[in-house]
Amino acid sequence: MEASVLHFFEWLWGPYWSTLWAWFKPVWPLIWVIMKIVAILVPLLLGVAYMTYAERKILGFMHVRIGPNRVGPLGLLQPIADGLKLFFKEVILPTKADPALYFMAPALAMAPAVAVWAVVPFFDGVVLANLDAGVLFLLAVSSLGVYGVIIAGWASNSKYPFLGSIRSAAQMVSYEVAMGLALVCVLMVSNSLNLTDIVHAQGRGIFADWGVGALSWNWLPLWPVFLVYLISGVAETNRAPFDVVEGESEIVAGHMVEYSGMAFAMFFLAEYANMILVAAMVTVFFLGGWLSPVGFLPDGLPWMLAKMSLMLFLFLWLRATFPRYRYDQIMRLGWKVFVPVCLIWIPVVGVWMMSPFNIWE
Amino acid sequence: MLENYFPVLVFVVVGMAFGCMPILLGWLVSPHRPDSEKLSPFECGFEPFEDARTKFDVRYYLIAILFILFDLEIAFLFPWATIFKEITATPEVKLFGFAEMLVFIGVLVIGYVYAWVKGALDWE
Repeated sequence: MEASVLHFFEWLWGPYWSTLWAWFKPVWPLIWVIMKIVAILVPLLLGVAYMTYAERKILGFMHVRIGPNRVGPLGLLQPIADGLKLFFKEVILPTKADPALYFMAPALAMAPAVAVWAVVPFFDGVVLANLDAGVLFLLAVSSLGVYGVIIAGWASNSKYPFLGSIRSAAQMVSYEVAMGLALVCVLMVSNSLNLTDIVHAQGRGIFADWGVGALSWNWLPLWPVFLVYLISGVAETNRAPFDVVEGESEIVAGHMVEYSGMAFAMFFLAEYANMILVAAMVTVFFLGGWLSPVGFLPDGLPWMLAKMSLMLFLFLWLRATFPRYRYDQIMRLGWKVFVPVCLIWIPVVGVWMMSPFNIWE
Repeated sequence: MLENYFPVLVFVVVGMAFGCMPILLGWLVSPHRPDSEKLSPFECGFEPFEDARTKFDVRYYLIAILFILFDLEIAFLFPWATIFKEITATPEVKLFGFAEMLVFIGVLVIGYVYAWVKGALDWE
């Protein structure tokens, strides 16, 4: 890959190439990494933009209406129009706010939502950094998102953002506990902290030998943990039906009330980037990543994208189907249901793996 | 080994730039027409009264403390879970390795049950 890109540049610049290369050779590794980052970021941002479009369109169809259809054919240019509009809107700095923290918060929400993609594997070997501690990096960086929210609430110095941010912080950390405990079971059966290895571990098993690989992915043997992880993922991103953080009928928009223009857009983009990330994580940990569900079709990136799309559709479907939870119900679900389920399931998996019925040889 | 982390470092820097640049650009490009009503804290049309940084429910602190305990617990479970297959494959430590973690989880469960009985997990 690297060699063919270099070859293309050589062809492009012809006789000037040797002088150029003498200049660029020392910084080439950095340039190459940045090119790969762009190759991840551009599809991610397009995905985020069209996720907002898909949300409005799919929710529209579920409500028996049409959804956006004015800007461009089928309304396909709507996200671009929205982005441009937000770009030229005034960025307000409230008089009582703390200026430095106020502008730091949206950046702090966005940066981890982007940086965490460094370890997400899209296909065998197609990953920016194939870290052996990938799961740890993922958990560490994705939990930094809570700082953006809580700093936003504090810096705004207004009541609704303050209430929204403490609610959000408590909810996010509660569900992080459940997510972490759920991951312990996945790590037990896959014997690695490397995300690529976790996907490969799901491709082995009796069902995979029979040609129905979909049944040997982690979702089936670890189904209680799969459900816990999936629902915690929805709660962690503050999406409906767990969106009391920005419940518009109670606290207007939570921590985002005082933000406008691009500062608001950053929170918005971070939320959608996090949704796509949770979809990718569920896919990697439980749905076999890029593995093909049946033996006669090859593995590949399209499977990964298809599974992620399915998960994202589920997010929208949940939003259209369920009424919003009350805050006490959310905390009860996290602490009194999910944590015990995981704490019980860890020894169960342990006993299972030590018994003669172990399926993870 | 460590050069694996170089792309991650670059990505973190790019991510921070990506978080800051749009806000900076938006600030430069967008109009600025401040007035006192627009810049006052939002309070559903009322004049904001008293400071927003007031007292809040002690339960949020409890949740934060419990989170730290449980998250540390998870951090300790991760290395064990990662090598659990090796533990089960070695007959000498098979039962010991498992029982030890049961004791570890058991200590946590005692604390968890205590918090539950004391009502630290209740919201009404």
